Amino acid sequence: MSLTFLSVSILVLGAYSFIFGRRRVRHLSARVDVKQHSLDGYHGAFVMACVVLPAFSFAVLWSGFAPLIINDWLREFIAAGSGALTNAEINVLVSKAKALHAGVINARFVGPDTVEAADYFAGLLEMSSYLRATGAIALALAGFYFSQKLIAPRFAARQRVEKIAIWVMIGASAFAILTTIGIIFSLIFETYMFFQQVPVLDFLFGLHWSPQIAIREDQAANPGEFGAIPLFAGTLLITFIAMLVAVPVGLMAAVYLSEYATHRLRNFAKPTIEVLAGIPTVVYGFFAALVVAPLLRNSGADIGLTLSSESALAAGIVMGTMLIPFISSLSDDVINAVPQSLRDGASALGATKSETIKQVVLPAALPGIVSAILLAISRAIGETMIVVMAAGIAANLTANPFESVTTVTVQIVVLLIGDQEFDSAKTLAAFALGLVLFFITLILNVVALRIVNKYREQYD
Amino acid sequence: MSYEGENKIQSTGVQVYYGETRALHGIDLNIGANEVTSLIGPSGCGKSTFLRCINRMNDVIEGCRVEGSVFIDGDDIYADHMDVVELRARVGMVFQKPNPFPKSIYDNVAYGPRIHGLAPTKEALDHMVETSLRRAGLWQEVHDRLGDTGSGLSGGQQQRLCIARAIAVNPDVVLMDEPCSALDPIATAVIEELIEELKSEYTIVIVTHSMQQASRVSQKTAYFHLGNVVEFGDTSQIFSNPKNTQTEAYISGRIG
Ligand SMILES: Nc1ncnc2c1ncn2[C@@H]1O[C@H](COP(=O)(O)OP(=O)(O)O)[C@@H](O)[C@H]1O
Ligand SMILES: [Mg+2]
Repeated sequence: MSLTFLSVSILVLGAYSFIFGRRRVRHLSARVDVKQHSLDGYHGAFVMACVVLPAFSFAVLWSGFAPLIINDWLREFIAAGSGALTNAEINVLVSKAKALHAGVINARFVGPDTVEAADYFAGLLEMSSYLRATGAIALALAGFYFSQKLIAPRFAARQRVEKIAIWVMIGASAFAILTTIGIIFSLIFETYMFFQQVPVLDFLFGLHWSPQIAIREDQAANPGEFGAIPLFAGTLLITFIAMLVAVPVGLMAAVYLSEYATHRLRNFAKPTIEVLAGIPTVVYGFFAALVVAPLLRNSGADIGLTLSSESALAAGIVMGTMLIPFISSLSDDVINAVPQSLRDGASALGATKSETIKQVVLPAALPGIVSAILLAISRAIGETMIVVMAAGIAANLTANPFESVTTVTVQIVVLLIGDQEFDSAKTLAAFALGLVLFFITLILNVVALRIVNKYREQYD
Repeated sequence: MSYEGENKIQSTGVQVYYGETRALHGIDLNIGANEVTSLIGPSGCGKSTFLRCINRMNDVIEGCRVEGSVFIDGDDIYADHMDVVELRARVGMVFQKPNPFPKSIYDNVAYGPRIHGLAPTKEALDHMVETSLRRAGLWQEVHDRLGDTGSGLSGGQQQRLCIARAIAVNPDVVLMDEPCSALDPIATAVIEELIEELKSEYTIVIVTHSMQQASRVSQKTAYFHLGNVVEFGDTSQIFSNPKNTQTEAYISGRIG
């Protein structure tokens, strides 16, 4: 039974048990003269939860773990079959057997051992899905039997359902947290592998980035150079240019919207600016590559500057444009959160509007504005598409915005494109870069959130 | 300057509109110098609106329009040549809810003198801050922590800080809109005492919803009802012997 079919069956059972539970309590209550504890729907929901949740969890867990076990058994089967095999040979045979089973390769091209292994594999798969279906349905039926027995007019179904709902939500949050932790650990693990091949200090402080692209086996002898400084410098340069564009424009837009614009204009302009934030970054990317970069190069040529067609400047300007709505929208919110009474207090002392804004409103909103900027920086650091398209992939160590530079995220993409050995220094370097990037944005976000929280306490 | 009891503020036919609705229907009121005038009446009757006419704080409310004239020392404050910045330096205001700026105590008080360029030197500014805090009765409590932020003070202290901030620019008139409504009885008593002292230097107009407060602090009382001044006179007379039946009903607690 496929997982889809099984899920649908469980849901159908669930729907039936909801109706059943509801009807049953109504039926029971009609015969006795007591006040029913919970609404009918709660009884239905209780039975349904008892049917659906255990069965589903079982099916999902089974689907997660069974392939691992089956894989082990298949290896053992192959290893036991034909004498002394190395690990690598077993791996190849395992892949072949699976490919054969999937119909990717033809039985004519493999040995009889493999055909046998593929059959064994198919048997295991079938048994696994049979067991999964049986187990899940059995759990569903057991859940139904035991929960419907509890149904009674005075049964506290409402409390039970509330409790179950809480557990489901706890499960959802735990899932979110656990996957994040899982990602971090795998990053850390791969990074550790990387540092076995490339010294930590060479990576963190090296000035040259040129991971060799090994096209043939014998070229892999030279692993290349993995000095990450040019990448971080490039990231920094582009982020800096982006902030130079986004912060002044975004802030002024926010001040105008929240302090000067009429209600009607504000209601129109704010969503319009926020639409900018909804444009996919790849669109910004080709805008940068096809419009802004040539424009810069031509106007640079007019005043005697030589700009490469891919420049940090073009990428930075477009990225800044992308971040304007981000900064203006967040800043507008914090400026609006400054109590009107402070503005009144300042005007009542004879402050003009611009004095009030500069001396009272903005200082009061400053923590929120700073955190908006930090969040924008962390987005700029993580941005990839615009840089790939507009700033290039050459790892130049330069502070000249007219040259082409590259960033951490772009190099991660470059490292992982194409067929790669999974444990080569090149692939692992991507994980190391990812980990460092993760830490930088994590710190920025934590600092930003702390500032926001502190600020929030001030006015409640 | 004017002597006590002389007309300091004259309002003639003041009407205020919020959009289409008229909140004040022609207020004629003469407010005497160096005395305390309280404005009482049921909520929504236009007391705050009238108070805001005296320092043109209505200007900052979208859709608000004022007709008629208000004279302070004979100057029409709604005349074209009137500079609101100067006007507000002459007419200070204290709000219902204490609203110190999120700055230090010192900077709160120094704010007005700074924007009006009143203190040529640091010493002069220090002196102004100290005098204002002393007049507001707050100096003893805060002189050793002028650098702390104003919002760290208690509600009553914050309100006195706002009074100090208002009088630091040396106004003639101080407007107070229910200055004690967010305070406990002890802080209220302190502020009432302060008002008593301040009236020798300033003309004070106070909106209050407390009859006792009006009778304790003010010499004159105006009773507002539905956007009109129904009765205006000596506080003692209004409270002991109101001429108008609505006034009497309000004072004796029959209109809330
Ligand atoms: N900003 C405003 N916009 C529209 N209407 C207002 C505004 N402020 C006050 N009003 C209206 O004007 C009338 C008088 O209000 P207000 O002066 O605040 O009364 P009071 O201070 O005596 O309670 C009320 O009906 C109120 O609804
Ligand atoms: Mg009011």
